[in-house]
Amino acid sequence: MTHNQPVYTDNDPQDGLVTLNLGPTHPATHGVFQNILQMDGERIVSGVSTIGYIHRAFEKIAEHRPFYQITPLTDRLNYCSSPINNMGWHMTVEKLLNIQIPKRVDYLRVIIMELSRIADHIICNTIIAQDTGATTTFLYLFQYREHIYEIFEEICGARLTTNIGRIGGLERDFNEVAFAKINKFLKEFPVALKEFESLLNRNRIFIDRTKGVAEVTAENALSYSWTGPLLRATGIDYDVRVSEPYSSYQDFDFEIPVGTSGDVFDRYLVRNEEMWQSVRIIEQAIEKLKSEPKGIFHADVPDFYLPGKEEVYNNMEALIYHFKIVMGEIDAPKAEVYHAVEGGNGELGFYLINDGGRSPYRLHFRRPSFINYQMYAKMSEGMLLSDAIINMSSLNIIAGELDA
Amino acid sequence: MAKATNTELVDLLGEKFGEQLFDVSEPYGLLTFSTNKDKVIDVLSFLKENGKINFNFLTDITAVHYPEKEKIAVVYHLHSMVSGIRVRLKVFLHENDPRLASATVLWNGANWMERETYDFFGVKFEGHPDLRRILNVDDLPVHPMLKQYPLEDPNRVDKKDEYFGR
Repeated sequence: MTHNQPVYTDNDPQDGLVTLNLGPTHPATHGVFQNILQMDGERIVSGVSTIGYIHRAFEKIAEHRPFYQITPLTDRLNYCSSPINNMGWHMTVEKLLNIQIPKRVDYLRVIIMELSRIADHIICNTIIAQDTGATTTFLYLFQYREHIYEIFEEICGARLTTNIGRIGGLERDFNEVAFAKINKFLKEFPVALKEFESLLNRNRIFIDRTKGVAEVTAENALSYSWTGPLLRATGIDYDVRVSEPYSSYQDFDFEIPVGTSGDVFDRYLVRNEEMWQSVRIIEQAIEKLKSEPKGIFHADVPDFYLPGKEEVYNNMEALIYHFKIVMGEIDAPKAEVYHAVEGGNGELGFYLINDGGRSPYRLHFRRPSFINYQMYAKMSEGMLLSDAIINMSSLNIIAGELDA
Repeated sequence: MAKATNTELVDLLGEKFGEQLFDVSEPYGLLTFSTNKDKVIDVLSFLKENGKINFNFLTDITAVHYPEKEKIAVVYHLHSMVSGIRVRLKVFLHENDPRLASATVLWNGANWMERETYDFFGVKFEGHPDLRRILNVDDLPVHPMLKQYPLEDPNRVDKKDEYFGR
Protein backbone atom coordinates (compact mmCIF):
# COMPACT_ATOMS: atom_id res chain seq x y z
CA MET A 1 0.00 0.00 0.00
CA THR A 2 1.81 3.07 -1.13
CA HIS A 3 1.21 6.43 0.30
CA ASN A 4 -0.02 8.44 -2.65
CA GLN A 5 -1.72 5.92 -4.84
CA PRO A 6 -5.28 4.77 -4.47
CA VAL A 7 -5.82 1.15 -3.67
CA TYR A 8 -7.78 -0.69 -6.33
CA THR A 9 -10.12 -3.52 -5.71
CA ASP A 10 -7.90 -6.50 -6.26
CA ASN A 11 -9.25 -8.51 -3.41
CA ASP A 12 -9.90 -12.15 -3.40
CA PRO A 13 -13.51 -12.40 -4.63
CA GLN A 14 -14.03 -15.29 -2.22
CA ASP A 15 -14.21 -13.15 0.90
CA GLY A 16 -16.66 -10.76 -0.72
CA LEU A 17 -15.02 -7.63 0.69
CA VAL A 18 -14.70 -4.40 -1.24
CA THR A 19 -11.91 -1.88 -0.78
CA LEU A 20 -13.16 1.67 -0.50
CA ASN A 21 -10.97 4.75 -0.62
CA LEU A 22 -12.59 7.35 1.59
CA GLY A 23 -10.53 10.38 0.69
CA PRO A 24 -7.99 11.95 0.30
CA THR A 25 -10.34 14.45 -1.33
CA HIS A 26 -13.76 13.27 -0.42
CA PRO A 27 -16.39 15.88 0.44
CA ALA A 28 -17.42 13.95 3.54
CA THR A 29 -13.97 14.00 5.11
CA HIS A 30 -13.93 17.82 5.28
CA GLY A 31 -10.19 17.85 4.81
CA VAL A 32 -7.41 16.11 3.00
CA PHE A 33 -6.84 12.70 4.53
CA GLN A 34 -7.49 9.18 3.45
CA ASN A 35 -9.10 6.12 4.96
CA ILE A 36 -8.77 2.83 3.14
CA LEU A 37 -11.72 0.79 4.26
CA GLN A 38 -12.51 -2.87 3.79
CA MET A 39 -16.24 -3.05 3.32
CA ASP A 40 -18.62 -5.92 3.75
CA GLY A 41 -21.66 -4.38 2.11
CA GLU A 42 -22.41 -1.20 4.05
CA ARG A 43 -20.42 -2.32 7.05
CA ILE A 44 -16.78 -1.48 7.66
CA VAL A 45 -14.63 -4.48 8.47
CA SER A 46 -11.33 -2.69 8.96
CA GLY A 47 -9.71 0.57 8.09
CA VAL A 48 -6.31 2.19 7.72
CA SER A 49 -5.90 5.94 8.16
CA THR A 50 -3.34 7.77 6.08
CA ILE A 51 -2.53 11.32 7.01
CA GLY A 52 0.16 13.81 6.12
CA TYR A 53 -1.24 15.18 2.88
CA ILE A 54 -0.79 18.77 4.00
CA HIS A 55 2.28 18.34 6.17
CA ARG A 56 4.15 21.65 6.08
CA ALA A 57 7.06 20.99 8.45
CA PHE A 58 6.09 23.74 10.88
CA GLU A 59 8.29 22.37 13.64
CA LYS A 60 11.30 22.50 11.37
CA ILE A 61 10.45 25.96 10.07
CA ALA A 62 9.96 27.17 13.64
CA GLU A 63 13.56 26.29 14.45
CA HIS A 64 14.63 28.91 11.93
CA ARG A 65 12.24 31.75 12.77
CA PRO A 66 12.33 34.33 15.54
CA PHE A 67 9.48 34.07 18.03
CA TYR A 68 7.25 36.71 16.51
CA GLN A 69 7.41 35.03 13.08
CA ILE A 70 6.09 31.77 14.49
CA THR A 71 2.66 33.26 15.19
CA PRO A 72 1.58 33.01 11.51
CA LEU A 73 2.60 29.35 11.54
CA THR A 74 0.27 28.66 14.46
CA ASP A 75 -2.58 30.25 12.49
CA ARG A 76 -2.43 27.38 10.12
CA LEU A 77 -2.76 24.62 12.69
CA ASN A 78 -6.43 24.69 13.55
CA TYR A 79 -7.47 27.29 11.03
CA CYS A 80 -11.06 27.24 12.27
CA SER A 81 -10.00 28.87 15.54
CA SER A 82 -6.62 30.36 14.77
CA PRO A 83 -6.80 33.13 17.43
CA ILE A 84 -6.66 30.46 20.15
CA ASN A 85 -3.46 29.10 18.61
CA ASN A 86 -2.00 32.62 18.37
CA MET A 87 -2.80 33.36 22.00
CA GLY A 88 -1.48 29.99 23.10
CA TRP A 89 1.81 30.67 21.40
CA HIS A 90 2.10 34.19 22.80
CA MET A 91 1.36 32.94 26.29
CA THR A 92 4.02 30.25 25.91
CA VAL A 93 6.65 32.85 25.09
CA GLU A 94 5.38 35.13 27.84
CA LYS A 95 5.70 32.25 30.29
CA LEU A 96 9.26 31.71 29.09
CA LEU A 97 10.07 35.41 29.49
CA ASN A 98 8.14 35.80 32.77
CA ILE A 99 6.02 38.64 31.43
CA GLN A 100 3.11 39.78 33.59
CA ILE A 101 0.11 40.64 31.46
CA PRO A 102 -2.30 43.35 32.62
CA LYS A 103 -5.81 42.18 33.48
CA ARG A 104 -7.39 44.22 30.72
CA VAL A 105 -5.30 42.45 28.08
CA ASP A 106 -6.22 39.10 29.60
CA TYR A 107 -9.90 39.94 29.32
CA LEU A 108 -9.56 41.16 25.74
CA ARG A 109 -7.80 37.91 24.92
CA VAL A 110 -10.51 35.91 26.62
CA ILE A 111 -13.10 37.63 24.43
CA ILE A 112 -11.12 36.76 21.30
CA MET A 113 -10.53 33.16 22.37
CA GLU A 114 -14.13 32.52 23.33
CA LEU A 115 -15.37 34.00 20.06
CA SER A 116 -13.09 31.63 18.19
CA ARG A 117 -14.26 28.73 20.29
CA ILE A 118 -17.81 29.55 19.27
CA ALA A 119 -16.73 29.76 15.61
CA ASP A 120 -15.02 26.37 15.91
CA HIS A 121 -18.01 24.70 17.55
CA ILE A 122 -20.39 26.27 15.03
CA ILE A 123 -18.46 24.58 12.26
CA CYS A 124 -18.42 21.21 13.96
CA ASN A 125 -22.04 21.10 15.08
CA THR A 126 -23.53 22.46 11.89
CA ILE A 127 -21.47 19.98 9.88
CA ILE A 128 -22.74 17.09 11.98
CA ALA A 129 -26.25 18.25 11.19
CA GLN A 130 -25.35 18.73 7.53
CA ASP A 131 -23.99 15.19 7.32
CA THR A 132 -27.19 13.80 8.73
CA GLY A 133 -29.05 15.65 5.98
CA ALA A 134 -30.17 18.80 7.81
CA THR A 135 -29.05 21.57 5.48
CA THR A 136 -31.29 24.22 7.03
CA THR A 137 -29.56 24.26 10.38
CA PHE A 138 -26.19 24.51 8.69
CA LEU A 139 -27.14 27.62 6.77
CA TYR A 140 -28.93 29.05 9.77
CA LEU A 141 -26.10 29.09 12.26
CA PHE A 142 -23.18 29.33 9.89
CA GLN A 143 -23.78 33.01 9.22
CA TYR A 144 -22.80 33.73 12.82
CA ARG A 145 -19.37 32.43 12.06
CA GLU A 146 -19.27 35.14 9.42
CA HIS A 147 -20.20 37.71 12.08
CA ILE A 148 -17.38 36.44 14.30
CA TYR A 149 -14.97 36.81 11.41
CA GLU A 150 -16.18 40.37 10.95
CA ILE A 151 -15.29 41.03 14.56
CA PHE A 152 -11.81 39.57 14.02
CA GLU A 153 -11.48 41.71 10.94
CA GLU A 154 -12.24 44.76 13.04
CA ILE A 155 -9.72 43.72 15.70
CA CYS A 156 -6.79 42.64 13.58
CA GLY A 157 -7.60 43.13 9.91
CA ALA A 158 -7.64 39.46 8.98
CA ARG A 159 -10.39 36.89 9.03
CA LEU A 160 -9.22 33.31 8.81
CA THR A 161 -5.48 33.25 9.47
CA THR A 162 -5.64 36.04 11.95
CA ASN A 163 -2.16 36.51 13.42
CA ILE A 164 -3.85 38.34 16.29
CA GLY A 165 -1.73 39.86 19.01
CA ARG A 166 1.90 40.17 19.85
CA ILE A 167 4.15 38.75 22.47
CA GLY A 168 3.20 40.90 25.47
CA GLY A 169 -0.30 41.87 24.45
CA LEU A 170 -2.29 42.88 21.42
CA GLU A 171 -1.11 44.96 18.49
CA ARG A 172 -3.94 47.46 18.92
CA ASP A 173 -6.85 48.15 21.18
CA PHE A 174 -10.38 47.12 20.28
CA ASN A 175 -12.10 50.06 18.63
CA GLU A 176 -15.67 51.23 19.15
CA VAL A 177 -16.89 49.36 16.08
CA ALA A 178 -15.43 46.12 17.39
CA PHE A 179 -17.22 46.51 20.72
CA ALA A 180 -20.42 47.41 18.92
CA LYS A 181 -20.13 44.28 16.77
CA ILE A 182 -19.42 42.10 19.79
CA ASN A 183 -22.44 43.49 21.60
CA LYS A 184 -24.59 42.95 18.54
CA PHE A 185 -23.32 39.39 18.30
CA LEU A 186 -24.06 38.74 21.96
CA LYS A 187 -27.61 39.92 21.43
CA GLU A 188 -28.33 38.00 18.24
CA PHE A 189 -26.35 34.79 18.57
CA PRO A 190 -28.22 33.30 21.57
CA VAL A 191 -31.49 33.66 19.68
CA ALA A 192 -30.07 31.80 16.68
CA LEU A 193 -28.43 29.15 18.86
CA LYS A 194 -31.71 28.56 20.64
CA GLU A 195 -33.41 28.14 17.29
CA PHE A 196 -30.64 25.80 16.14
CA GLU A 197 -31.12 23.68 19.24
CA SER A 198 -34.87 23.60 18.83
CA LEU A 199 -34.40 22.31 15.30
CA LEU A 200 -32.06 19.48 16.34
CA ASN A 201 -32.06 18.58 20.03
CA ARG A 202 -35.38 16.77 19.95
CA ASN A 203 -35.40 16.05 16.25
CA ARG A 204 -36.31 12.39 15.78
CA ILE A 205 -34.23 11.90 12.64
CA PHE A 206 -31.18 13.60 14.12
CA ILE A 207 -31.38 11.59 17.34
CA ASP A 208 -31.81 8.33 15.41
CA ARG A 209 -28.75 9.10 13.36
CA THR A 210 -26.50 10.21 16.24
CA LYS A 211 -27.53 8.57 19.49
CA GLY A 212 -25.54 5.46 20.27
CA VAL A 213 -23.22 6.03 17.34
CA ALA A 214 -19.52 5.69 18.09
CA GLU A 215 -19.86 5.38 21.85
CA VAL A 216 -16.57 5.71 23.68
CA THR A 217 -15.93 4.83 27.29
CA ALA A 218 -14.03 7.19 29.55
CA GLU A 219 -11.22 4.65 30.04
CA ASN A 220 -10.78 4.26 26.31
CA ALA A 221 -10.81 8.01 25.75
CA LEU A 222 -8.14 8.50 28.41
CA SER A 223 -6.03 5.70 27.02
CA TYR A 224 -6.12 7.35 23.62
CA SER A 225 -5.20 10.71 25.19
CA TRP A 226 -8.39 12.38 24.08
CA THR A 227 -9.02 15.90 25.31
CA GLY A 228 -11.53 18.64 24.74
CA PRO A 229 -15.22 18.18 23.97
CA LEU A 230 -14.64 14.57 22.94
CA LEU A 231 -13.25 13.62 26.35
CA ARG A 232 -15.88 15.65 28.14
CA ALA A 233 -18.62 13.84 26.19
CA THR A 234 -17.44 10.62 27.84
CA GLY A 235 -18.01 12.15 31.27
CA ILE A 236 -14.59 13.45 32.32
CA ASP A 237 -14.63 17.12 33.26
CA TYR A 238 -11.13 17.99 32.13
CA ASP A 239 -10.76 21.48 30.77
CA VAL A 240 -7.43 23.31 30.70
CA ARG A 241 -9.21 26.61 31.36
CA VAL A 242 -10.17 25.30 34.81
CA SER A 243 -7.43 22.84 35.70
CA GLU A 244 -4.60 25.25 34.85
CA PRO A 245 -6.17 28.66 34.34
CA TYR A 246 -4.37 30.95 31.92
CA SER A 247 -5.23 34.46 30.80
CA SER A 248 -7.25 35.06 34.02
CA TYR A 249 -9.86 32.38 33.32
CA GLN A 250 -10.04 31.94 37.10
CA ASP A 251 -11.90 35.27 37.27
CA PHE A 252 -14.80 33.93 35.27
CA ASP A 253 -17.82 31.98 36.34
CA PHE A 254 -18.64 29.20 33.91
CA GLU A 255 -19.43 25.53 33.82
CA ILE A 256 -17.85 22.56 32.07
CA PRO A 257 -20.55 20.54 30.38
CA VAL A 258 -20.04 16.78 30.35
CA GLY A 259 -21.80 13.94 28.59
CA THR A 260 -22.32 10.35 29.65
CA SER A 261 -21.93 7.93 26.78
CA GLY A 262 -19.40 9.72 24.54
CA ASP A 263 -21.49 9.14 21.43
CA VAL A 264 -21.99 11.61 18.58
CA PHE A 265 -25.14 13.03 20.16
CA ASP A 266 -23.33 13.72 23.46
CA ARG A 267 -20.46 15.41 21.65
CA TYR A 268 -22.98 17.58 19.86
CA LEU A 269 -24.68 18.51 23.14
CA VAL A 270 -21.39 19.23 24.88
CA ARG A 271 -20.26 21.56 22.10
CA ASN A 272 -23.61 23.33 22.09
CA GLU A 273 -23.48 23.88 25.81
CA GLU A 274 -19.91 25.14 25.51
CA MET A 275 -21.12 27.78 23.10
CA TRP A 276 -23.60 28.95 25.76
CA GLN A 277 -20.83 29.03 28.32
CA SER A 278 -18.60 30.97 25.94
CA VAL A 279 -21.33 33.56 25.48
CA ARG A 280 -21.53 33.78 29.27
CA ILE A 281 -17.76 34.28 29.54
CA ILE A 282 -17.73 37.01 26.89
CA GLU A 283 -20.56 38.84 28.67
CA GLN A 284 -18.63 38.72 31.92
CA ALA A 285 -15.46 39.89 30.18
CA ILE A 286 -17.27 42.89 28.68
CA GLU A 287 -18.57 43.70 32.14
CA LYS A 288 -15.13 43.35 33.75
CA LEU A 289 -13.52 45.56 31.12
CA LYS A 290 -15.64 48.47 32.33
CA SER A 291 -13.75 48.61 35.62
CA GLU A 292 -10.29 48.29 34.03
CA PRO A 293 -8.27 51.38 33.04
CA LYS A 294 -8.92 52.23 29.41
CA GLY A 295 -6.39 52.12 26.64
CA ILE A 296 -4.09 49.39 27.97
CA PHE A 297 -3.63 46.72 25.36
CA HIS A 298 -0.15 45.41 26.06
CA ALA A 299 2.24 44.86 28.92
CA ASP A 300 5.00 47.39 29.49
CA VAL A 301 7.85 45.21 28.22
CA PRO A 302 9.61 47.16 25.46
CA ASP A 303 12.35 44.51 25.25
CA PHE A 304 9.90 41.97 23.90
CA TYR A 305 6.80 43.77 22.67
CA LEU A 306 7.12 44.68 19.01
CA PRO A 307 6.17 48.40 18.80
CA GLY A 308 3.72 49.75 16.25
CA LYS A 309 5.04 51.06 12.94
CA GLU A 310 4.03 54.64 13.67
CA GLU A 311 6.11 54.65 16.82
CA VAL A 312 9.04 53.01 15.08
CA TYR A 313 9.17 55.81 12.54
CA ASN A 314 8.80 58.64 15.06
CA ASN A 315 10.41 57.47 18.25
CA MET A 316 14.06 56.64 18.89
CA GLU A 317 13.52 54.01 21.61
CA ALA A 318 10.83 52.27 19.64
CA LEU A 319 13.14 52.11 16.64
CA ILE A 320 15.92 50.57 18.74
CA TYR A 321 13.64 47.97 20.28
CA HIS A 322 12.09 47.22 16.91
CA PHE A 323 15.53 46.63 15.45
CA LYS A 324 16.60 44.44 18.35
CA ILE A 325 13.46 42.32 18.30
CA VAL A 326 13.47 41.89 14.53
CA MET A 327 17.15 40.99 14.58
CA GLY A 328 16.47 38.48 17.33
CA GLU A 329 18.65 40.10 19.95
CA ILE A 330 16.31 39.64 22.86
CA ASP A 331 17.56 38.06 26.06
CA ALA A 332 15.39 35.04 26.45
CA PRO A 333 16.36 32.61 29.19
CA LYS A 334 17.81 29.24 28.26
CA ALA A 335 14.95 27.09 29.41
CA GLU A 336 12.21 24.77 28.41
CA VAL A 337 8.55 25.43 28.91
CA TYR A 338 5.30 23.60 28.27
CA HIS A 339 2.14 25.61 28.03
CA ALA A 340 -1.31 24.33 27.19
CA VAL A 341 -4.48 26.13 26.25
CA GLU A 342 -7.95 24.76 25.66
CA GLY A 343 -8.33 24.84 21.90
CA GLY A 344 -11.51 24.11 20.01
CA ASN A 345 -10.67 20.41 19.91
CA GLY A 346 -8.83 19.96 23.17
CA GLU A 347 -5.55 20.58 24.86
CA LEU A 348 -3.32 22.51 22.50
CA GLY A 349 0.17 22.33 23.95
CA PHE A 350 3.38 24.12 23.05
CA TYR A 351 6.64 22.55 24.15
CA LEU A 352 9.36 25.13 23.63
CA ILE A 353 13.06 24.66 24.24
CA ASN A 354 15.07 27.84 24.03
CA ASP A 355 18.85 27.84 23.93
CA GLY A 356 19.23 31.62 24.03
CA GLY A 357 19.43 31.96 20.27
CA ARG A 358 17.36 33.87 17.79
CA SER A 359 14.81 31.12 17.31
CA PRO A 360 13.61 28.13 19.34
CA TYR A 361 15.97 25.21 19.64
CA ARG A 362 12.96 22.97 19.43
CA LEU A 363 9.26 23.65 19.28
CA HIS A 364 6.71 20.91 19.43
CA PHE A 365 2.98 21.38 19.02
CA ARG A 366 0.72 18.99 20.88
CA ARG A 367 -2.10 19.03 18.38
CA PRO A 368 -5.41 17.70 19.69
CA SER A 369 -6.76 16.68 16.26
CA PHE A 370 -3.72 14.54 15.58
CA ILE A 371 -4.09 12.69 18.85
CA ASN A 372 -7.88 12.47 18.79
CA TYR A 373 -7.94 11.07 15.26
CA GLN A 374 -5.86 7.97 15.89
CA MET A 375 -8.78 6.07 17.32
CA TYR A 376 -10.87 6.63 14.19
CA ALA A 377 -9.95 3.52 12.19
CA LYS A 378 -10.36 1.34 15.26
CA MET A 379 -13.71 2.91 16.12
CA SER A 380 -15.01 2.42 12.61
CA GLU A 381 -14.68 -1.34 12.70
CA GLY A 382 -18.12 -2.85 12.53
CA MET A 383 -19.77 0.49 11.93
CA LEU A 384 -21.98 1.43 9.01
CA LEU A 385 -20.32 3.71 6.49
CA SER A 386 -22.91 6.43 7.02
CA ASP A 387 -22.29 6.32 10.78
CA ALA A 388 -18.56 6.50 10.25
CA ILE A 389 -19.06 9.71 8.27
CA ILE A 390 -21.01 11.33 11.10
CA ASN A 391 -18.45 10.07 13.58
CA MET A 392 -15.73 11.81 11.60
CA SER A 393 -17.67 15.08 11.53
CA SER A 394 -18.18 14.92 15.27
CA LEU A 395 -14.47 14.35 15.90
CA ASN A 396 -13.98 17.72 14.17
CA ILE A 397 -10.72 16.74 12.54
CA ILE A 398 -9.07 19.82 11.07
CA ALA A 399 -6.50 18.78 8.48
CA GLY A 400 -4.19 21.65 9.37
CA GLU A 401 -4.00 20.55 12.97
CA LEU A 402 -3.66 16.91 11.99
CA ASP A 403 -0.53 17.42 9.93
CA ALA A 404 1.26 20.51 11.23
CA MET B 1 -7.75 15.08 46.35
CA ALA B 2 -5.40 17.86 47.24
CA LYS B 3 -2.78 18.90 44.77
CA ALA B 4 0.29 16.77 45.28
CA THR B 5 3.49 18.77 45.37
CA ASN B 6 6.58 18.17 43.35
CA THR B 7 8.64 17.54 46.51
CA GLU B 8 6.34 14.73 47.60
CA LEU B 9 6.63 13.29 44.14
CA VAL B 10 10.42 13.47 44.12
CA ASP B 11 10.52 11.71 47.50
CA LEU B 12 8.22 8.98 46.30
CA LEU B 13 10.13 8.41 43.08
CA GLY B 14 13.50 8.59 44.80
CA GLU B 15 12.39 5.91 47.26
CA LYS B 16 11.38 3.61 44.45
CA PHE B 17 14.03 4.24 41.81
CA GLY B 18 16.94 5.87 43.64
CA GLU B 19 19.87 6.43 41.33
CA GLN B 20 17.83 5.47 38.28
CA LEU B 21 16.31 8.93 38.21
CA PHE B 22 18.62 11.86 37.74
CA ASP B 23 18.79 15.44 36.45
CA VAL B 24 15.80 16.44 38.53
CA SER B 25 14.75 20.03 37.95
CA GLU B 26 11.65 22.18 38.02
CA PRO B 27 11.60 24.63 35.12
CA TYR B 28 8.48 26.80 35.46
CA GLY B 29 7.10 24.47 38.10
CA LEU B 30 7.02 21.43 35.86
CA LEU B 31 8.93 18.57 37.46
CA THR B 32 11.46 17.20 34.98
CA PHE B 33 13.73 14.20 35.36
CA SER B 34 15.65 11.71 33.26
CA THR B 35 16.01 8.00 33.40
CA ASN B 36 17.94 5.24 31.67
CA LYS B 37 16.55 3.73 28.53
CA ASP B 38 16.05 0.26 29.97
CA LYS B 39 14.08 1.70 32.90
CA VAL B 40 11.62 3.79 30.93
CA ILE B 41 8.64 1.43 30.95
CA ASP B 42 9.16 0.71 34.66
CA VAL B 43 9.13 4.40 35.48
CA LEU B 44 6.16 5.15 33.22
CA SER B 45 4.08 2.29 34.58
CA PHE B 46 4.95 3.26 38.15
CA LEU B 47 3.85 6.81 37.43
CA LYS B 48 0.68 5.58 35.76
CA GLU B 49 -0.37 2.93 38.21
CA ASN B 50 0.74 4.15 41.61
CA GLY B 51 -2.46 5.07 43.41
CA LYS B 52 -0.90 8.04 45.21
CA ILE B 53 0.22 9.98 42.15
CA ASN B 54 -1.82 8.44 39.35
CA PHE B 55 -0.36 9.94 36.17
CA ASN B 56 -3.05 8.31 34.10
CA PHE B 57 -2.86 10.61 31.10
CA LEU B 58 -0.16 10.65 28.45
CA THR B 59 -0.10 14.19 27.12
CA ASP B 60 2.65 13.96 24.58
CA ILE B 61 5.70 12.13 23.29
CA THR B 62 8.30 13.93 21.26
CA ALA B 63 12.06 14.06 20.83
CA VAL B 64 14.89 16.57 20.71
CA HIS B 65 18.17 16.17 18.88
CA TYR B 66 21.42 17.39 20.49
CA PRO B 67 24.08 16.84 17.81
CA GLU B 68 26.98 18.19 19.89
CA LYS B 69 26.24 15.61 22.61
CA GLU B 70 25.44 13.00 19.93
CA LYS B 71 22.17 12.38 21.73
CA ILE B 72 18.49 12.23 20.99
CA ALA B 73 16.25 12.89 23.95
CA VAL B 74 12.80 11.33 23.92
CA VAL B 75 10.50 13.47 26.04
CA TYR B 76 7.29 12.26 27.69
CA HIS B 77 4.77 14.63 29.19
CA LEU B 78 2.44 12.99 31.66
CA HIS B 79 -0.52 14.50 33.43
CA SER B 80 -2.26 13.41 36.56
CA MET B 81 -5.84 14.51 36.19
CA VAL B 82 -6.52 13.37 39.75
CA SER B 83 -3.96 15.57 41.45
CA GLY B 84 -3.70 18.12 38.65
CA ILE B 85 0.05 18.13 38.09
CA ARG B 86 2.30 17.32 35.17
CA VAL B 87 5.71 15.69 34.90
CA ARG B 88 8.22 15.52 32.13
CA LEU B 89 10.38 12.44 31.67
CA LYS B 90 13.41 12.40 29.42
CA VAL B 91 15.40 9.51 28.07
CA PHE B 92 18.69 10.23 26.33
CA LEU B 93 19.62 7.85 23.53
CA HIS B 94 22.73 7.72 21.43
CA GLU B 95 22.03 9.19 18.01
CA ASN B 96 23.60 6.27 16.16
CA ASP B 97 21.33 3.70 17.70
CA PRO B 98 18.14 5.28 19.01
CA ARG B 99 16.11 2.37 20.34
CA LEU B 100 13.57 2.48 23.11
CA ALA B 101 10.77 0.33 24.45
CA SER B 102 7.36 1.38 23.22
CA ALA B 103 4.83 2.93 25.60
CA THR B 104 1.93 1.49 23.60
CA VAL B 105 1.70 -1.25 26.24
CA LEU B 106 0.54 1.42 28.68
CA TRP B 107 -1.42 3.85 26.52
CA ASN B 108 -3.08 3.28 23.15
CA GLY B 109 -2.55 6.95 22.43
CA ALA B 110 1.21 6.45 22.37
CA ASN B 111 0.86 4.78 18.98
CA TRP B 112 0.79 7.81 16.69
CA MET B 113 2.95 9.92 18.97
CA GLU B 114 5.69 7.32 18.65
CA ARG B 115 5.14 7.00 14.92
CA GLU B 116 5.58 10.75 14.64
CA THR B 117 8.76 10.61 16.73
CA TYR B 118 10.06 7.77 14.59
CA ASP B 119 9.18 9.63 11.42
CA PHE B 120 11.00 12.81 12.38
CA PHE B 121 13.86 11.53 14.53
CA GLY B 122 14.31 7.88 13.60
CA VAL B 123 13.78 6.63 17.14
CA LYS B 124 12.87 2.95 16.87
CA PHE B 125 10.26 2.01 19.44
CA GLU B 126 10.61 -1.67 20.16
CA GLY B 127 7.33 -3.47 20.61
CA HIS B 128 5.36 -0.88 18.68
CA PRO B 129 2.59 -2.62 16.69
CA ASP B 130 2.91 -0.58 13.51
CA LEU B 131 6.01 1.58 13.38
CA ARG B 132 5.71 3.37 10.02
CA ARG B 133 6.17 6.94 8.91
CA ILE B 134 3.11 9.03 9.52
CA LEU B 135 3.40 12.53 8.09
CA ASN B 136 6.23 12.18 5.59
CA VAL B 137 6.20 10.01 2.51
CA ASP B 138 7.21 6.39 3.02
CA ASP B 139 10.26 6.55 0.75
CA LEU B 140 11.84 9.61 2.37
CA PRO B 141 15.48 8.66 2.97
CA VAL B 142 16.04 10.84 6.07
CA HIS B 143 14.48 11.71 9.41
CA PRO B 144 14.02 15.40 8.77
CA MET B 145 13.93 16.90 12.27
CA LEU B 146 17.50 15.83 12.97
CA LYS B 147 19.66 18.92 13.17
CA GLN B 148 22.03 17.93 10.36
CA TYR B 149 19.31 18.47 7.77
CA PRO B 150 19.05 22.16 6.93
CA LEU B 151 15.72 23.80 6.26
CA GLU B 152 16.69 25.92 3.31
CA ASP B 153 19.22 25.77 0.56
CA PRO B 154 22.54 25.93 2.47
CA ASN B 155 24.06 27.98 -0.36
CA ARG B 156 21.88 30.95 0.47
CA VAL B 157 24.11 33.67 1.84
CA ASP B 158 21.64 36.39 2.74
CA LYS B 159 20.61 34.76 6.01
CA LYS B 160 24.00 33.93 7.47
CA ASP B 161 24.53 35.07 11.04
CA GLU B 162 27.72 37.01 10.24
CA TYR B 163 25.69 39.54 8.27
CA PHE B 164 23.72 40.28 11.41
CA GLY B 165 26.72 40.71 13.67
CA ARG B 166 26.09 37.43 15.45
